[in-house]
Amino acid sequence: MSPLLSVTRLEVRFGGVVAIGGVSFDVPQDALLGLIGPNGAGKTTAMRAITGVVRPDQGEITLSGERLTGLPTHRRVRLGLGLSQQLVRPFKAMTVEENVMIAAGYRKTKGPLGALTTLERESERDRAHELLTLVGIGHVAKASPTELPLGFLKRLEVARALALDPKLLLLDEPLAGLTSGEASALADTVVALNDGGLTIVLIEHNLSEVMRVCSHLVVLDNGRKIGDGAPQTVMADPAVRAAYLGEGADDAAA
Amino acid sequence: MEGLFNTYELSQLTTVGIGIIMALSLNWITGFCGQISLGHAAYMGIGAFTGAYLSKLGVDFILGTIAGMALAGLVGFITGLASLRVRHDFLAITTMGVVFLFVGIVNQQPWLGAEEGIAGIPDPGYGAFWFMVLTLAIALFVALFSVYLRRSWLGQAFKTIADDEDTARIVGIDVSRYKLVAFVMGTTVAGCAGSLYAHQIKIILAPDFGFIQSITYLSIVVFGGIGSVTGVILAAIFLTMMPLWFQFIGDYKLLFYGGLLFLMMRFAPGGVAGIASSVRDLWQKRSRHAGTANP
Repeated sequence: MSPLLSVTRLEVRFGGVVAIGGVSFDVPQDALLGLIGPNGAGKTTAMRAITGVVRPDQGEITLSGERLTGLPTHRRVRLGLGLSQQLVRPFKAMTVEENVMIAAGYRKTKGPLGALTTLERESERDRAHELLTLVGIGHVAKASPTELPLGFLKRLEVARALALDPKLLLLDEPLAGLTSGEASALADTVVALNDGGLTIVLIEHNLSEVMRVCSHLVVLDNGRKIGDGAPQTVMADPAVRAAYLGEGADDAAA
Repeated sequence: MEGLFNTYELSQLTTVGIGIIMALSLNWITGFCGQISLGHAAYMGIGAFTGAYLSKLGVDFILGTIAGMALAGLVGFITGLASLRVRHDFLAITTMGVVFLFVGIVNQQPWLGAEEGIAGIPDPGYGAFWFMVLTLAIALFVALFSVYLRRSWLGQAFKTIADDEDTARIVGIDVSRYKLVAFVMGTTVAGCAGSLYAHQIKIILAPDFGFIQSITYLSIVVFGGIGSVTGVILAAIFLTMMPLWFQFIGDYKLLFYGGLLFLMMRFAPGGVAGIASSVRDLWQKRSRHAGTANP
């Protein structure tokens, strides 16, 4: 089966600094893929190249065979990318519910004229409630995001991304800043979504959760790919252990 | 009916109506969509000069007004296209350029009367009373449309752009296209206000639509509460009447409106509407406290 997302020889430079130097990887249909690596490995840059925030110097990115490279972010979103950002950015002037509703109404906001002539938003409200309940924050639907702690906002990001009915959900450190209880609850939700047939790319620092939930790992280090495969196999690779856990990790483990 | 108001009152009401139309149309751009325009009066001027020029050629007032709206919207489209794709706050600079260019260019055009402007603009023939009614009816329509717009999906999309452009893209909003739509809508309606103004005053000069006038409309929007329809209407009424009541405000316009803009931004960024809602919140909190204290 052809992969859902395909990244080929991706290269991103900031001035003279190579953030990503020729990375290729595939995200198979139905996978829960963990994109990991130490700080500065290029994970977030890779994610930003996929969403179109960063313009790659070289390389191709395709989603179900359609070329994403060169398209603006909103077009990529409409082709099936859902993004939950590392730094939470709710619309502050809207309630939690409205934040999800605006995403759920993506068909209605496709063009300005259609958007102007449409008022009905009950179906989006229902969808928003469904998703907020799914991520466990249904009870604060009417609250303002400015009143909520980080753990809630992280889940709001996920609900908002899901409201776009994405083919591929990109989660950029959804667990960072959460308590271990909150983190494992959200990780369980991610697994449940994947079991429901959603393909997910998870960028995460929380290695134990990554090892617990991911079916596949891609490891980056200094802008290069150093591992790609099943979690246990990848993490057993000495190169990955050295880069990810630091030199001498084997000694420590021994 | 027509005997209810004297000439002065009719002219005041018409002026207020035009002020409301201008402020509400700028509110779509600045309030709803979050884009600062420092040149809204220039688009009013384009409508005014187009309407006046065509009227003098014998073209019907309504047709001339529609032509003025179309031209104002077209220039709005071009300025928007040139600036909205670039950077978040680039529109403020471009529109400021447009307003100075407008005055500069019109002042050099003999066929638009150059520095003497256009005088002796023919009366639309409705009489002062019905002209006032027409102006207020248009203002009412623009107000109702504003309320509708804010509730529509277009208004919701504008709201996301005003809030955070990058995140708006992530929920699939075509940000530059929507910003352009807001800007063209606002500038088109400013063109309508311009033609109404020209046919009310009967003599127009390019500097009437300059930077100071643009700042005046911006301070009305800020004073009323960016994005609030009721607040902006109240501010438009109040701030349009002020110079008519107090001559000195007319003499020190830039000082007055510039100072007002600064004070509101610094101390009450939510405008009159924001102050009203904080007072209401405080009141509710008080009465809740009173309720718990004396069960």
